[in-house]
Amino acid sequence: MTELAETPSAPAPSLTTRLELIPIVLFAAFAAAPLLATSSGAEGYVLSLLTRVMIFGIAAMALDLILGYGALVSFGHAAFLGLGGYAVGILASHGIEDALIQIPVALAGSAVFALATGAISLRTKGVYFIMITLAFGQMLYFLATSLAPYGGDDGMTLSSRSLVAGSGILENDFAFYWVCLFCLLGTYAFSRALVASRFGRVLRGTRENTTRMEAVGFQPFRFQLVAYVISGMMAGLAGCLLANQAEFVSPAFMTWQRSGELIFMVVLGGLGSLHGAIIGAAAFLLLEEFLPEILHAAGFFLSEETRSHLAENWKMVFGPLLILVVLFVRGGIMGLLRRPHHG
Amino acid sequence: MNATLLFVQALNGLQFGLILFLIAAGLTLVFGVMDFINLAHGVQYMVGAYLVAAFSAWTGSFGWALLLALPTALAFGLLLELLIFRHLYDRDHLDQVLATFGIILFLNQGVRFVWGAAPLSVPVPEIFSGSVEIATGLLYPVYRLAIIAAGLAVAGLLYVLVSHTRVGMLVRAGASNAAMVSALGVNIQRLFMVVFGFGAMLAGFAGAMVAPILSVEPGMGDNILILAFVVIVIGGIGSIRGAFLAALLIGLVDTVGRSFAPNLLRLILDPAAASQTGRAIAPMLIYIFMAAVLFFRPSGLFPVKR
Repeated sequence: MTELAETPSAPAPSLTTRLELIPIVLFAAFAAAPLLATSSGAEGYVLSLLTRVMIFGIAAMALDLILGYGALVSFGHAAFLGLGGYAVGILASHGIEDALIQIPVALAGSAVFALATGAISLRTKGVYFIMITLAFGQMLYFLATSLAPYGGDDGMTLSSRSLVAGSGILENDFAFYWVCLFCLLGTYAFSRALVASRFGRVLRGTRENTTRMEAVGFQPFRFQLVAYVISGMMAGLAGCLLANQAEFVSPAFMTWQRSGELIFMVVLGGLGSLHGAIIGAAAFLLLEEFLPEILHAAGFFLSEETRSHLAENWKMVFGPLLILVVLFVRGGIMGLLRRPHHG
Repeated sequence: MNATLLFVQALNGLQFGLILFLIAAGLTLVFGVMDFINLAHGVQYMVGAYLVAAFSAWTGSFGWALLLALPTALAFGLLLELLIFRHLYDRDHLDQVLATFGIILFLNQGVRFVWGAAPLSVPVPEIFSGSVEIATGLLYPVYRLAIIAAGLAVAGLLYVLVSHTRVGMLVRAGASNAAMVSALGVNIQRLFMVVFGFGAMLAGFAGAMVAPILSVEPGMGDNILILAFVVIVIGGIGSIRGAFLAALLIGLVDTVGRSFAPNLLRLILDPAAASQTGRAIAPMLIYIFMAAVLFFRPSGLFPVKR
């Protein structure tokens, strides 16, 4: 598990101020976006896209907490998105529509699932860890497909967004946007505090060298397990929000491809910087959204038919792009931002 | 729940298990020898199925299609190795997972681009069409028996190749300690290519064999890939013998579990609840099985000694 050890540790002090700028700019952009959205004319579309970006930002950041700081490659993290989503969906179908009940239930459910699966998964290492987390994710996926009363394969539509203390304030897209931004900011601040704490340092220590940490007198297993549970709960929260955003829950929330996408978001943004994961999620979702149009525009010298064909098959560009990022852009987007100063 | 049905389901499970083995064999070798996670192995299975579909439409004969598809699948695997995988061997697992995930995206869309999104069907070859009576009043399709026979034959061939030939010896040595094999003067790069191409061909063969009984469609390799991973993790990464036993176990547990879990649960629950939970539990069985195996033996049933 020392393979990820080469990720740059804490940046040099002179860089710190510059790198602190990035999260500030990032959050300022999120805060300013609704104002711009109003003037863009297509505010519903812009808002829902950015809300998705923030929700996946939370999920990717949750994964970054264990992947970037603990070198635990969880290939089943989408399961927590599903858990959060189904907690909202199932409770709502039984008439409990208040987020103040749904979210604690979702968090508790995610925590229990993470505790149980983490306790087993963390006994294994490396490839086996990747595979066993994948297996647990698949388990939950198949469980969801067989939940006939809750839509089975097809999933279930929520009749409305969750209530907050009895009021339907989340029905307003702007209000929901601010709630998501608040959650993103909250989880980000919490994660930053966590990785800067003694706990975070021990976790990073286990990433570098588990044996040595043991020799110093820590029990890496406990720290990894706690990190796994916290990460799972954060992803569960993202699941709650995602269900509310889409007003729909389905097993597609937790396919293994979705878990792969989450890993990609984290790596694309840059491992182990938290806001990198948010940037990665944004880059991924925006690319997914606009690549067809970009391709359509880029092929201006081609015939109209070829261009629409190109746009339709954007995934044939997206896949190789992913491979190129892995092969050539080491350190992700954050790595690119950091590079000029390394001289 | 009766003996005949159990027998038929066991045969289906055996057939499914052998197909899984064909896929898992290549995967476990690539994994064991090169320490390389190849998520794109599933799409190689899909490519095999598509190739057979295309060639059988072109030649009109399944036999010719299979003969053409195998070398094409091999060439395709080698091409992927040359273009992409080669650059990933000394990367960490995370990079390998991601890059091969990119290949999945590309190829799933690629086959849709070339052959369209609608499922293709391949006719069952003439000589294997129809059914035989394997017990009184019990008909079983000949083609499925042919798959079982082919699977067993390939398994036997693989056994001979791996344990009684020079290349097999190198592969086993590579699975134990690739660096040492390289230090002893073996061209490890070429060995990697051979293993890789062979694995791709086996996956393609599996895809080709199931093409007549399944619908050939984009994404058909995605779920079977996960099952193949379950197989090699249970069997112990790098172990062909482990992959064989685990594949049969998984094939049987999955197939038999799906048809009998509701019935078994009926012994302890009322019928409605039994069929409900049975249907919920059946697809999860193999993953529960895998978690249990890894809980007691964290490196699989037949770990390769390092």
